Amino acid sequence: MTESPLLEAVELSKSFGGVRAVHSVSFAIQSGELMGVIGPNGSGKTTLVNLITRFVKPTSGKVLFKGETISHLPPHRIVRMGISRTFQMVKPFYQLPAYKNLIIPLYSPRMKMLAGRRYGDRNAVALDLLEEVGFERDAFVAYKPAGALPQGYLKRLELAKTIALEPELIILDELFSGLSLAEVASIVPIIEKLRLEGKTIIMIEHRLRELFRIADRVIVMNYGEKIADGKAAEVMESDAVKNAYLGTENVCK
Amino acid sequence: MNQRKERIDRGIRVRSGDVFALSSWREMAYLAAPRILPVALCLLLPLVLSPYWQKVLLSVAVFALLAISWDILARTGMVSLGQALFFGMGAYCSGIFNHYWGIPPLFAIPLAAVAGGLLSTLMLLPVLRLRGIYFSMVTLVIPLMLVRVIEATKIFGGTEGLSGMDPLPSRWVEMYAVLAVLLAALFGFRRVMDSDYGLVLRGIADNDRSVINAGINIYWFKAQSLFICASIGAFAGAFMTHVYMFVGMPVFALDYSILPIAAAVVGGPGTLAGATFGAFLLVPLSEALRGIGGLRIVLYGVFLVVFIVALPEGIFHYIQRKYHQVERWVEVE
Repeated sequence: MTESPLLEAVELSKSFGGVRAVHSVSFAIQSGELMGVIGPNGSGKTTLVNLITRFVKPTSGKVLFKGETISHLPPHRIVRMGISRTFQMVKPFYQLPAYKNLIIPLYSPRMKMLAGRRYGDRNAVALDLLEEVGFERDAFVAYKPAGALPQGYLKRLELAKTIALEPELIILDELFSGLSLAEVASIVPIIEKLRLEGKTIIMIEHRLRELFRIADRVIVMNYGEKIADGKAAEVMESDAVKNAYLGTENVCK
Repeated sequence: MNQRKERIDRGIRVRSGDVFALSSWREMAYLAAPRILPVALCLLLPLVLSPYWQKVLLSVAVFALLAISWDILARTGMVSLGQALFFGMGAYCSGIFNHYWGIPPLFAIPLAAVAGGLLSTLMLLPVLRLRGIYFSMVTLVIPLMLVRVIEATKIFGGTEGLSGMDPLPSRWVEMYAVLAVLLAALFGFRRVMDSDYGLVLRGIADNDRSVINAGINIYWFKAQSLFICASIGAFAGAFMTHVYMFVGMPVFALDYSILPIAAAVVGGPGTLAGATFGAFLLVPLSEALRGIGGLRIVLYGVFLVVFIVALPEGIFHYIQRKYHQVERWVEVE
């Protein structure tokens, strides 16, 4: 038996001039799943995210969320439906204290639609959220200007901005890039906790080792096309992936 | 024996903690002075000035309103080079209301502020998606275009303009009405910009994609900000119509676009108080230099360049920083 997927992409394509950034990509993700998206640089992973969240308009194809077509909606409407993403380039509001950065997502119309939870004093909620993603409570760090935060905290802040919206589908665009092993190890439990809360997650990652530890399923992209889809170990065994992405030797083992 | 200048910032807690302020009269005075002094100054100035300088104070207030409007827009990520559009729209609206329909000034002015704001917003609505310099260019062109439209089609008096508008009841009403609006705009919109709503507006200037990603329709918020700012500008224009008892093509002149920007930049961009302060500095200065005639606009340009290079934070930020600092000479061995 198969329940209907939470998100379904049907033949999504996008060309920038003559460049086929994403070409006829289809996949479906079930509720509660954690799906990884991997692929070499320039293989269209971020464009795929932009197509789902409609920051970029697809040339053809459509996206279904809970059975409804969403690819004609403007991006803010898609966010209100419960799809929220992080950006690869973290760009916080530099002059504002870290916790004030969360006021904007907390001001979102989605918060008003969500029957009152996390509503009220936005500053207090913001500080709670920061604690959830690992800002030490009662430390000065949450009050520092976002521009003065180290990379690890900026990524956490970006994650907190996403969680603040209480989305059903979270899309993490290279959350681990630029982080040390220790920093990654401290963020992984946050993601695992989100899964326990029943969130569906799509992760775009270059850090395969960390990704494979938590991902149920991986899709591999190359030159804008999906070349493999399945369990991490299976995917890595397929010849197409080895050639395209990892070279001919089996690096991952 | 050497001496060294020691500079100590007052703690953030001392500066912003409300409870701390109640601990002593000195603290309360320290916090209240920058708010009470300008208000008192505004209320007392008209009483001591000669009628000529009262008129100057009027135009100071008008330019301060335009500068406040520019600053809010700039902080929402829309740098306007055409404050004259808002000013002129308000001026013509009020003129039309009074001249053709005989609405008394006290009703025509607020009505024109809303109508002028609405019309300007509708005009700029199609270009709301433009960012940075592209938006600025459009705002620069529209008022220049409107002047030619009025000239060519001869509507609303054409080049002659409309004259014989009803004045406000007395020059005291005139004076205090505009000062009251200025103070209300200054303190009211400062509060708005510091609220969560204002934070969203400032977020749009900083990183609009991040704001979209919060499920917020940035074009709706930009339109709101535009309407607020256009209304402030339109009020200034409507008011001046009834002071001059005339409205004509000069209301779309470049002066109304350039001087507010100069005031905001010289005074201190990013603070409404800075914009007001700039207007209080530049307008009387240009009055005093009336002798040099058309060269005055050159003077604004020079002022603008000098301040952008030498004191980019603006005078107000500089004063504010010094006010919160303790400086003293200490001896070092």
